[in-house]
Amino acid sequence: MKNLLEIRNLKITTLRGRETVHLLNQVDLDIRKKCSFGIVGESGCGKSITANAVLGLLPYPLRVSEGSIRYESKNDEMDLLSLDAKALRAVRGREISMIFQEPMTSLDPIFTVEMQMFEALSFHHPEMSRSAMRERALEMLHRVNIPRPEQTLASYPHQLSGGQLQRIMIAIALINDPRLLLADEPTTALDVTIQAQILRLMNDLKEQNDTSIVMITHDLGVIAETCEEVAVFYAGQIVEQADVAAIFHETAHPYTHGLLQAVTSLGGAERKLYTIPGIVPPGGQWSRGCRFADRCSRCMEKCKEMMPALTEVSPGHRCRCFLHSEEAES
Amino acid sequence: MSGQNRDLLLDVRHLQVYFPIRRGLMKKVVGHVHAVEDVSFTVRRKEVFALVGESGCGKSTTGSAILRLIEPTGGQVFFNGENLSALSEEQLRLKRRDMQFIFQNPYASLNPRMNVWQLLSEPLRVHFDLSQEELRARVGEMLTLIGMTPDQLERYPHQFSGGQKQRISIARALITHPSFVVADEPVSALDVSIQAQILNLMMELQQEMELSLVFISHDLNVVRHLSNRVGVMYLGSLMETGNTEDVYRHPVHPYTQALLSAVPSHDPLHKSKHIILEGDVPNPADPPSGCPFHTRCARCTARCREERPELREIAPDHFAACHQV
Repeated sequence: MKNLLEIRNLKITTLRGRETVHLLNQVDLDIRKKCSFGIVGESGCGKSITANAVLGLLPYPLRVSEGSIRYESKNDEMDLLSLDAKALRAVRGREISMIFQEPMTSLDPIFTVEMQMFEALSFHHPEMSRSAMRERALEMLHRVNIPRPEQTLASYPHQLSGGQLQRIMIAIALINDPRLLLADEPTTALDVTIQAQILRLMNDLKEQNDTSIVMITHDLGVIAETCEEVAVFYAGQIVEQADVAAIFHETAHPYTHGLLQAVTSLGGAERKLYTIPGIVPPGGQWSRGCRFADRCSRCMEKCKEMMPALTEVSPGHRCRCFLHSEEAES
Repeated sequence: MSGQNRDLLLDVRHLQVYFPIRRGLMKKVVGHVHAVEDVSFTVRRKEVFALVGESGCGKSTTGSAILRLIEPTGGQVFFNGENLSALSEEQLRLKRRDMQFIFQNPYASLNPRMNVWQLLSEPLRVHFDLSQEELRARVGEMLTLIGMTPDQLERYPHQFSGGQKQRISIARALITHPSFVVADEPVSALDVSIQAQILNLMMELQQEMELSLVFISHDLNVVRHLSNRVGVMYLGSLMETGNTEDVYRHPVHPYTQALLSAVPSHDPLHKSKHIILEGDVPNPADPPSGCPFHTRCARCTARCREERPELREIAPDHFAACHQV
């Protein structure tokens, strides 16, 4: 296997009453080793459930109905979807870690930082002594730039600020040297000056540890700052995927173009902001043609009838749009 | 009256809001959270003044205290030359038709048991004595302005998307034709593509209705686009105020410089150079002595630790509170 993680034809469904609703369709992703990969999209586009599916964290009634998620561990290759609960636990936090959006709610309020860091360590290294765990925890806190690490270990989450909690979340996620870090909106709840600290920290850690990072966000600025490769999600599909420079400078899909326009026109001279008309369609209520068709300024007749396929427009740059390829999804 | 004074709509002088911290059985006051500490600024007619800063800096409290939704602990607010702090509740209620508030979260600020007609006609019933026909005309006119249709009048908030809900809250605030509105993070709960629609609507209405707006936001790009003048807040104090373009192009306060540099650039080929601030914002219940920013400032001196800097004019209509500039 050439990549660290290969997602093939991933489909996720949920139940609405007795009806099965598709939330994610035909997602293919390759995460290379030592790569920072960005997934960008608006709420409900399927970016978070993709990451949750990798670690088997989909809440009922969501489930993976089709596809495979292959992961290459240090000495083995496996399909994460076929692992049983025990085997999956051995992967979580050891091989693949996750940082969640809200640091204030992802740590347990009734345990000290020390106990929560020790839990992550002792689960995968039951043989480790308390003093060794303490040493490792202090080292991690030091690396994520927590001032006064000793005092912080003894603190409860409510005694710490959002920025500190997010740094502790990162320290816990990285304490077992995982090879893949899934970061779901890691800075959305934080202020810009703290965001700058956290992004720099994640970048440093990637360089030092050769960890691959999947950065899930709705903020194109965060993507531009931190990622090498980007996939743009819309309505449960990938609509465009390329390296970061191509996404920003050789934009192919009208939706990506619209997103970029909406943020960059903020700094522009034009007083009226560029807008994408209409609203993001709610999960599962998608037309059979291109899902962006009714909001697209360049919509053609066939866009309403057929779904365009995700095809290569230049090497390494894929786009799902009839403006670039005649090919339709079968 | 001089020309400049006639232009002046709102004059906030030394506004101060402290919240008591109570402990123990007798709820004894053991300290105060210094939410807003000596904030002064002015807003002219038809002007958009933005208050920008990070969470907990007191920008929302300032917005609420201007309209006395929270009672200020000290200072005065003059609206059209009249001291709002001296008004009785009844006198203040009469003033409210002329000064309104748009809240951050449209999911929470609209009563779920009222339909659009009830939501929009309620402010008119409270403030004016209108006939049923006049009510219908005013609501209909507002509905057109926010881009909605009369057949949506019977619907309830849960039947609308977040963007539409925020349109309804904007309409509810503007239906009494106020001359002054405080908008507290009106787009931060919305998706990127919807934010632009709501911002365009607010700018159109501001022009059309000749509104003065205090726009509270943590989003530096939005503030730059929307506002004529800006005030940067940190730990309950104004650090820098001035013409928006001046402040963004030539920030003089070290905090403003760090804050503006932290905004991610939207070009992967030209990444911005960040000034990374070390540490966290101090606790407002125990604010540092001297300059509120000195604990994180790279240019801090002994004087900064002891003496609190006042806002000083460093260029025409550009003020900064820093000993080093």
